[in-house]
Amino acid sequence: MAIDLATLPAAAPAREIPHTVSPSLWTLAWRRLRQDRVAMVSMAIVAAFLVLITLSATGLIAADWSREVGVNYAPPTFMGPDASSQHAQTEATAPAAEGETLASHYHSTIVDPLAGVLAEIRARQGKPPAAAPGGAAASPDATVDPLADVMADIRAGKGGAVVSEARAATLPFGGDKWGRDVLKKTIKGSETSILVGILSAVLATFLGTLFGALAGYYGKGVDDFFNWFYSVFSSIPYLLLILAVAAVLKQKGLVTIVLILGLTGWSGIFRLVRGEYLKHKAREYVQAADAIGASNLRRMFVHIFPNISHVVLVQLSILTVAFIKSEVILSFLGFGVPVDVVSWGSMLNEAQNELILGKWWQLVAATVAMATLVTAFSLFTDALRDALDPKLKGGTGASA
Amino acid sequence: MIFRKDRRGDGGVRDAQTAGDPNAPLVSVRDLRVRFRLDKRTLFEAVKGISFDIPRNSTVALVGESGSGKSVTSLAILGLLPAENSIVDRKSQILYGGRNLAGMSMRRLQKLRGADISMIFQEPMTSLNPVFTCGYQIEEVLKLHMGLTGNRARKRALELLDEVGIPDPSRKINAYPSQMSGGQQQRVMIAMAIACEPKLLIADEPTTALDVTIQKQILDLIDELKRRRQMSVLFITHDLAVVGEIADRVVVMRHGEIREQGAAREVFEHPQDSYTRALLQCRPQLDRRPMRLPVIDDFISGRGPQHIEERVRGVAPSDPTILDVRNLGKSFWSREGLFGRREFKAVEGVSFKLPRGKTLGLVGESGSGKTTVGLTLMRLHEATTGQALFEGKDILAMSSREFAPYKRRIQIIFQNPYASLNPRFTVGQILTEPLTIHGIGASPQARADQVFALLDRVGLPEVSFYKYPHEFSGGQRQRIAIARCLTLKPDILICDESVSALDVSVQAQVLNLLQDLQDEFNLSYIFISHDLAVVKYISDQVMVMSEGKVVEVQQSDELYRHPREAYTQRLLAAIPRGWQGAAAAPA
Repeated sequence: MAIDLATLPAAAPAREIPHTVSPSLWTLAWRRLRQDRVAMVSMAIVAAFLVLITLSATGLIAADWSREVGVNYAPPTFMGPDASSQHAQTEATAPAAEGETLASHYHSTIVDPLAGVLAEIRARQGKPPAAAPGGAAASPDATVDPLADVMADIRAGKGGAVVSEARAATLPFGGDKWGRDVLKKTIKGSETSILVGILSAVLATFLGTLFGALAGYYGKGVDDFFNWFYSVFSSIPYLLLILAVAAVLKQKGLVTIVLILGLTGWSGIFRLVRGEYLKHKAREYVQAADAIGASNLRRMFVHIFPNISHVVLVQLSILTVAFIKSEVILSFLGFGVPVDVVSWGSMLNEAQNELILGKWWQLVAATVAMATLVTAFSLFTDALRDALDPKLKGGTGASA
Repeated sequence: MIFRKDRRGDGGVRDAQTAGDPNAPLVSVRDLRVRFRLDKRTLFEAVKGISFDIPRNSTVALVGESGSGKSVTSLAILGLLPAENSIVDRKSQILYGGRNLAGMSMRRLQKLRGADISMIFQEPMTSLNPVFTCGYQIEEVLKLHMGLTGNRARKRALELLDEVGIPDPSRKINAYPSQMSGGQQQRVMIAMAIACEPKLLIADEPTTALDVTIQKQILDLIDELKRRRQMSVLFITHDLAVVGEIADRVVVMRHGEIREQGAAREVFEHPQDSYTRALLQCRPQLDRRPMRLPVIDDFISGRGPQHIEERVRGVAPSDPTILDVRNLGKSFWSREGLFGRREFKAVEGVSFKLPRGKTLGLVGESGSGKTTVGLTLMRLHEATTGQALFEGKDILAMSSREFAPYKRRIQIIFQNPYASLNPRFTVGQILTEPLTIHGIGASPQARADQVFALLDRVGLPEVSFYKYPHEFSGGQRQRIAIARCLTLKPDILICDESVSALDVSVQAQVLNLLQDLQDEFNLSYIFISHDLAVVKYISDQVMVMSEGKVVEVQQSDELYRHPREAYTQRLLAAIPRGWQGAAAAPA
């Protein structure tokens, strides 16, 4: 590319003229944003989440989220001693019998409560390192007493010491089916969901912007091609497309879901960016750039792009929210992250079964985390759009 | 229907009040102060305590450059200022028929608007609703304010369209705004404004967006309506020439203050204020051509205009030709039907010679193809036919690679300095970029030095290097655009309406700059403009275009003295002549 960005900002003029730093349009937008209280609060919340997931991604917190620190379904401490918690406590006092107790309890109340859990256990055992290194496949008759077997396997895998490890009867935020701390699980789940959301939004934004820029700038045949491509993409139902991509990519994993969301989600931003390029390429400042001999690529990305980048930024923000939700839905439906990875979606999926038993804390934890982030992010996006909207700023004709 | 009775009752009161004292002014503005809240702490005083009267049956012109507060004043009279960030001072009074409009409730004000006081705007295209027919929009006004419905409203709308001079009103009443020309749209706007027989018509730059010939028609129409309907007109404009044609009284505003007011004759013949004098003389005049145009500073500082000796213009046959355009044509095609294409010839058979170091003026009304000629020569559009010989080589037939070295030698300055500079670049980046692209200058330092020198040459401080375009005024931005062209040391500069969007005083400065640069670097200009006075001032030779074809090419003095073609004569007759013309009429 003939774009020489490094020399463009005249970083080292021969004589330094004393000057005050002029506010660029970005600086002005930032000043507007800072005046907006809602924006600042929501930005702080989003930032807190980002810090949290950075810490968890680097293993500083919640690295041991999969350790079973509490008894199964350890209730949150702030709960009063009602029936279910007492039940949990009895389980805690008699750990040897827990499986049977549970199983018989389920059998007496519900027709086949473990079907879902069982499927997952099998999947777990299929994954070598995490769950069952002994490779003991669950035999069909294990259905009667599935938990005891698995628990034994896991304990054996983790070494004898773990067996005698004291398990807390209650946890501050409750425990899941395996006795894992829901708080840590939620943090780890946030990491997965937000990371998937951001990465796939970045991918989709990149594709949409690139295609939109090419289509809008060159027009004619190029535009026709991308429009045709876009129409084909948007004519296939979303879920079907995801299934197709998932089938092509075979294995499940974070990369897969990022690719799925990114490859299917670019069409909205494509349309917007294409429209902006159509509008801007006829603007006088672009013609002026043509007149001084700027190449096509230079006009496209050095001249036009900064002027439409606010649209891209807002879209990136909107897409991130949308993709976080998409990830949750996909994982909830079982198309999402693999079972050995926790995300908000898989937590909600587990909560579906737990809720029947009255174990509500995993559901609440995932929901609260997700609702807080998505609301804050959406509010921030709105404020961002207000701050960046050049129409609010008079006199900048070229960006209006 | 209740509303209708109400209206009548109100009208009765109004007549009683206004009929009270026939010599009292229709509207008295007393100590009007308007402030705008820019952000939490800063207030900007747009109008700083002005007072003036609008007498009955007369035209008052409110003259000023951008930022003078003239439009804010007119909006304050109608109560149309944005409520969220504007503050009208409590002591301000706008007296109309004994009532103070400044303190009036929104509902009562709404009844006055459109009925007693109405307004027309600069852009008829955006003021009319594109999805309703013109007839419907006029009928709506009649319905709301006069209570007329059905056939009676229709009949009245037809009468109004006829009155404002729309040809074949019975057919045009069903036309949509997009099916009418700009002039006709403005006529429809006027028809709507006078539908309820207002006492006061506020016209905010009603002719600025129109061609001279149309401008003339609209000015005549407003003048005629004023006399026939016995109403007053508050005419807001930046153009003193227009004011001279129609105003009875003139109010000159600058920076929110009134600099001078009085009868038009007084203001034009014996201007008291230095600013008024400057405004009157900054504008190029058809009968004089000083070496440099006077600028406002000359008057404010009391120096008086400098270099007023007459400049001689014209092209001699011996002048070397730098650009020889032959039979230039540019067509656009629109799709028609399934396979058909319809050709629209924007430019057809244009030929001219541009002598080195001279200026060719290109005039014509909108749609005459003059801008297309400029863009085609720059190869921002590809020509359909013809040749353009630049130093003997046809630049239109070159491949884009061959053209690249020639590209820097022909540069263009666009009309709108607000749109032609990339708002995300600092001025330093804008001016360094062409040098970087063409590899001019050995190092970034050398380039920056060159840019500093250029900034100095176009009269901008060196600190501008670090600033963004939005920190500059229109005139300063146009200087930046000129400096950007100069970075490439071009031979030909195409000025596409380059001074049309600027205030009169700034226009003079930019024209002087262009003239100085021509004297210094022997540049050749193609000066495209709809403003015949400006073209007369700057050009050696003038080419008149109409509907894509050349009407005539003449030495500029000759053209203005003895236009040969009927079209040129019409064009010249429509130029507002300022006070002289109006003085002649009543005498």
